[in-house]
Amino acid sequence: MCLGIPGEIVEINGNEARAEFWDVEKTVRIDVVDEEVEVGDHILNHAGFAIRKIPDEEVEETMEIYESFLEGDEDEAREEIGAAEDEPLGIEGR
Amino acid sequence: MSDTDDVGEDVTDEETDGPIITHAHGAGGEQMTELVETLAVSQFEAAEADVGLSALDDGSVQPIDDEHSVVVTTDSHVVTPLFFRGGDIGRLAVSGTVNDLAMMGATEPLALTSSLIIEAGTPQLTVERVTESMRETCEEAGATVTTGDTKVMGSGEIDTLAINTTGVAVVPNGGHVPDAGLSVGDQIIVSGTVGDHGISLLSEREGFDLGGDLASDVQPVNDLVAAAMDAGDVTAMKDPTRGGLATVFNEMAGKADVGIDLEEQAIPVSGAASSAGEVLGIEPFDVASEGVVVMGVASEDTDAVLDAIRDNPKGEDAAIVGEVVEDHTGQVVLDTGFGRRYLTPPEGEQLPRIC
Amino acid sequence: MATNADAGDDELQFRDPEKAEQLTDELEALMDDIGEPVNVMHVCGSHEQAIAKFGLRSILPDDLTVRMGPGCPVCVTNMPEVDEAVELAEDGKIVATYGDMFRVPGTEKSLADARDDGADVRVVYSASEAAELAEEEPDREVIFFATGFETTAAPTAAVLTSDPPENFSVLSAHKYVPPAMEVVAEMPDTDVDGFLAAGHAATITGYGLFEDFVEEYDTPAVVGGFEPIDVLFALARLLEFIRDDEAGLENAYSRCVSEEGNVPAKETMWEVFDTTSGEWRGIAEIPDANLVISDDYAQFDARERFDIDVETGAADPLTEDCICGDIMAGKADPDECELFGEECTPQDPVGACMVSSEGTCKIWLEYGGQPDI
Repeated sequence: MCLGIPGEIVEINGNEARAEFWDVEKTVRIDVVDEEVEVGDHILNHAGFAIRKIPDEEVEETMEIYESFLEGDEDEAREEIGAAEDEPLGIEGR
Repeated sequence: MSDTDDVGEDVTDEETDGPIITHAHGAGGEQMTELVETLAVSQFEAAEADVGLSALDDGSVQPIDDEHSVVVTTDSHVVTPLFFRGGDIGRLAVSGTVNDLAMMGATEPLALTSSLIIEAGTPQLTVERVTESMRETCEEAGATVTTGDTKVMGSGEIDTLAINTTGVAVVPNGGHVPDAGLSVGDQIIVSGTVGDHGISLLSEREGFDLGGDLASDVQPVNDLVAAAMDAGDVTAMKDPTRGGLATVFNEMAGKADVGIDLEEQAIPVSGAASSAGEVLGIEPFDVASEGVVVMGVASEDTDAVLDAIRDNPKGEDAAIVGEVVEDHTGQVVLDTGFGRRYLTPPEGEQLPRIC
Repeated sequence: MATNADAGDDELQFRDPEKAEQLTDELEALMDDIGEPVNVMHVCGSHEQAIAKFGLRSILPDDLTVRMGPGCPVCVTNMPEVDEAVELAEDGKIVATYGDMFRVPGTEKSLADARDDGADVRVVYSASEAAELAEEEPDREVIFFATGFETTAAPTAAVLTSDPPENFSVLSAHKYVPPAMEVVAEMPDTDVDGFLAAGHAATITGYGLFEDFVEEYDTPAVVGGFEPIDVLFALARLLEFIRDDEAGLENAYSRCVSEEGNVPAKETMWEVFDTTSGEWRGIAEIPDANLVISDDYAQFDARERFDIDVETGAADPLTEDCICGDIMAGKADPDECELFGEECTPQDPVGACMVSSEGTCKIWLEYGGQPDI
């Protein structure tokens, strides 16, 4: 729930960071993000706080999963993301 | 209550017990319309007019002789901050009135008035900065101020500066363009990116430093409208100020008793406004533009009109965004690219949201 | 919303109309396999916003109903809680609130009404802004009216653990979702075949806590994201579970959700907040779903610092006809309410479902969210 917007960190100042959201920028707090972040990392912003560091490969992998699902190629998708054979197609197994 | 009790009092007890004016009444939605009905439309005797008070159009149109009609419009401006990215209250005042005249089809203003209400304690140079900007905008629009008024109120009695502008122009009889003129089959053109003014001002007021190109689009567009009218049959026009595109489309559909179908992907939105909107949770379609025109165009003239608008740098982002249909009269349907939904007018001031 | 942003932008892939069409075909095929109507409940206002904004209901199979359960933190914030904030504002304090709560009616008035009457109410975008306000106004008390679910409670907690100014305090109306899902799942006339779980709340809590839930209630759940493709994909996976009669759990929003969630945020949150039972507007009492400030942070608890005496006045008689509770429990749709769009409108709301930007009723009225468009 709640408005969560993905952005890219362009500058860090202590517990604040400047993040780019498409064509605009905003300052966000980074004190409760799940992992250390660096310039160039993508984060999910909610109410001015980064609540998740979005791993770079996730976007691509998620798209691959969607593609494979549509092609009925679930096994291939599993291979691509390194999940075990009988694991559901989320990244649950990681 | 006896008369002697009322003397010296502005407001009677009875009035205090009645409905109270709130911010909602100024927000441009249903409550404001109802208030205007009560305070104005049902109060004053209808004039001999082609477009009168009850039409609640951008201005009024009254014939003065066999060939000519006079168009009048008025607006008060109370914007905070006075000076903002892309413009200021002076530019807003002049553009707003020049554009309202243009929305009625009157693209050559005859005269503008300028009434200033200034808070005591305001530096004169600040006010001069505003009037200078008004002059520059007048030059851009081919208009000038011919009469006006100046009042000073006590410190704290008004917030720095309010400006009222009235515009007058002449058009040939029947040459005006009502906002109620849409017909089934007409195409809809939007002359530029939408929501820039509203989102930019909201961000500035809230103190969000969003950087980028986010700025108000405030500008007079009478030249744009003149070119469009020269190129073809413009059937209806309105500028999407307070309440944005969503409000004007619904008004135009309602007044003409037609439906409007729109393609979301075709509606021009700047990257900055779109991004800021995503971050703040505000739709560019729900907030003001101050340099954009929405027009209905007879379908055979659409391409010519679009080209004419695009020839002008102020119209470079112009696009055909939809058409007028028979179904769902009074309502606006948006094809989102995925599915369809109704585009409904926003209620009240748009606030940033977190949920 | 149309965007002219760079087409190479990753996120836009999640708005690809072609994929959406393929996924909707998939949903139709799955519904054919299942052969009977399916009711899915989601518990997230932003999911409802996404579904309505992109017009997704107009392309979903006819027999697939997606309803919003108790997923609007604004909607479930009880009137007395709003009254507490209003009282503080009318008592000369500065009350900072999210835009979402600004116009929500209390027993007599909303914070917006209070501001019109002269109270100093400020709309903020972030809890940190409220703390900054306190720094800028050292001679005034600044109270942050903290609303929202766990996604939003984590930021509030972060502000409290980072040395806020002395004149700052928090009036907590935060809520915690999982207990509410359980209450709904346990209701006798609940007819939910699968849950679309809240993606951003799960970013904080992780999806692991749903493992027991799906087992106990024998109902599948999929954690979904908020772009159109995310929503359609999550629904498709859910339908697969339903088709196979499997009470499965899946994370379909891995870019933001992991099994254990955001551990530092959770730790901060539980350091600052305790749970307590409380009334959720329209759904009566839910055990352990209200977040209150723990003893360690009592000095910043507005309820400790101030003597708030909220008078619960006579409720508006119309509230008896208000079926927000049923709507939030997913048992009814807005257009089944007598007051919908008539006595109950966004400018004049009876139930909070009509006020909040993500309230089911407001969204239905705004987007005409009914299937036969």
